[in-house]
Amino acid sequence: MSPATGQPMVDVLGLRKSFGRTEVLRGVDLQVHAGEVMCVVGPSGSGKSTLLRTINWLEAPDAGLVTVGGEIIGYELRRGRLRERRDQEVARQRSRIGMVFQHFNLFANRTALQNVTLGPVRARRVSPVQAEQEARDLLVQVGLGHRLHAYPGSLSGGEQQRVGIARALAMKPDLILFDEPTSALDPERVGEVLDVMRSLAGGGMTMLVVTHELGFAREVADTLVFFDEGKVVEQGPCRDVIARPAHPRTREFLARVL
Amino acid sequence: MLDVRRVASAFARQQPPGSQAAPPHSELAKLASRPPDVQRRHHPGRWVATAGVLGFLAWLAKTLAANQLIGWHAVGRFMFSPAILHGLLGTLELTGVSMVLAIVLGFILAALGASPNPVLSWFVRGYVWVFRGVPLIVQILAWYNLALVFPVLAIGVPFSSWHVQGSTNAVITPFLASILALGLHEAAYMTEIVRAGLVAVPAGQAEAALSVGLTRRQALRAVVLPQTLRVIVPPTGNQLVGLLKASALVSVIGGVELLTTAQRIYSVNFEVMALLIVASVWYLLVISVLTVGQHFLERRLNRDKIGGDRAAADTPDAGAASQEPQL
Repeated sequence: MSPATGQPMVDVLGLRKSFGRTEVLRGVDLQVHAGEVMCVVGPSGSGKSTLLRTINWLEAPDAGLVTVGGEIIGYELRRGRLRERRDQEVARQRSRIGMVFQHFNLFANRTALQNVTLGPVRARRVSPVQAEQEARDLLVQVGLGHRLHAYPGSLSGGEQQRVGIARALAMKPDLILFDEPTSALDPERVGEVLDVMRSLAGGGMTMLVVTHELGFAREVADTLVFFDEGKVVEQGPCRDVIARPAHPRTREFLARVL
Repeated sequence: MLDVRRVASAFARQQPPGSQAAPPHSELAKLASRPPDVQRRHHPGRWVATAGVLGFLAWLAKTLAANQLIGWHAVGRFMFSPAILHGLLGTLELTGVSMVLAIVLGFILAALGASPNPVLSWFVRGYVWVFRGVPLIVQILAWYNLALVFPVLAIGVPFSSWHVQGSTNAVITPFLASILALGLHEAAYMTEIVRAGLVAVPAGQAEAALSVGLTRRQALRAVVLPQTLRVIVPPTGNQLVGLLKASALVSVIGGVELLTTAQRIYSVNFEVMALLIVASVWYLLVISVLTVGQHFLERRLNRDKIGGDRAAADTPDAGAASQEPQL
């Protein structure tokens, strides 16, 4: 949890990232507060996923900083200079940031239960017995109590994504990043994943959600961010942005998707 | 003038030769409801080919058995002779030690090759280029004759005078030369196999492991490597069979192995073919055992693919849990 009230849980400052000659993030500034649900929408290829991946250091930015819970991610300050953190330090930082992937990325060689227990056992040093008990509870909560020993290959997309969410929750994270969690699902499976996310939001989890589900955003999100060409174009309370978009690009985008 | 429509309809009415209109629906329903009673087609070609193959095999067996020059009594006599069994043990030792060396080196080199540091990856490419490119028999001879260019081998602490040394001829025995040649040659192939295995695991697997707080090393060990094994094991099995056969090449430097032993024996008693048959039977036997072992190993590694669901392990209380999310 963020140490001081008022200080944002996630603070993104001037984030820049290029892949080759393509500049994907062009100076992103963003704050997410504890308990806030923020949805990021915008056209494909606008850098939304890269933003999430930079926050938990799956990508290192070219410039700019990210802090989570008051700690600079990936760097430490030594005598006024930034210094790259060691692998174990980055791992510790990541263990407080859950991530749910578009393509689930469940460990293919592990059962649903083993997918959920791996992080707690290896990274949080929870005893295997306790980790398994917690994992069972979480899988029951996401409605998969009957699929504990199924391998990912025999689960439907919606089931896999619910295991993915349970896997992130098992780390007891301060916040969870969702990278288009329903984009790879059959339309009829989207609801079961959104249901789980909705109840998480209701439980006060801090969530940063890249999504195309504007309906979900309107219903659950506190803040809506419109992202385009590597930048935050507009952000504000969700209802306001949808009802009265200030920027012409936002208006254009919303008109097309709504 | 050609009336296109009339020609077309004429073609349409024309039926291919031998065609027969199906009986009316009621008849068909009767046929379909009865148990199948179908006159199967005959395949005379297959019968002819089968008879041909059986005839050939019978002729071959008779010719071989009747051939007094092969010396079948010698085959029986030497199959379990102590010398041959000792040679077989040598072959197994040589293959086993070289394969372990190759697998260990292969993993290390593949890991180095994946490094973003260009010096490391180019070093690995160079290694594979040399040790895969030079014929194995050349490498065997080169290691065996190392003393010609490096008469003395020494191990010491760099930049100090402390060292241990020995005559190369004493250090590089035929056995060690064989191990080095077979192991380093095989390691070049194993490097490529392990690399392919690492590439085959989607990047998302490691990313997911990192996202739950594992270090890169933990992610590699707990998530990536177990999945590479599935890709690595089948070609490694082939390599092991190939290595077992390739170990016969060290007979050129007179190591203790099956073919060398067979050669030593037939150089005295001239039962050349008999001893080659003895050696071949043992090679085939060992390879059969390896193949069966590989089959079971692969089945174990793929259990999440075939089994899918370890449903039997599910506890009843879990089974009773609702299917709907209830967070």
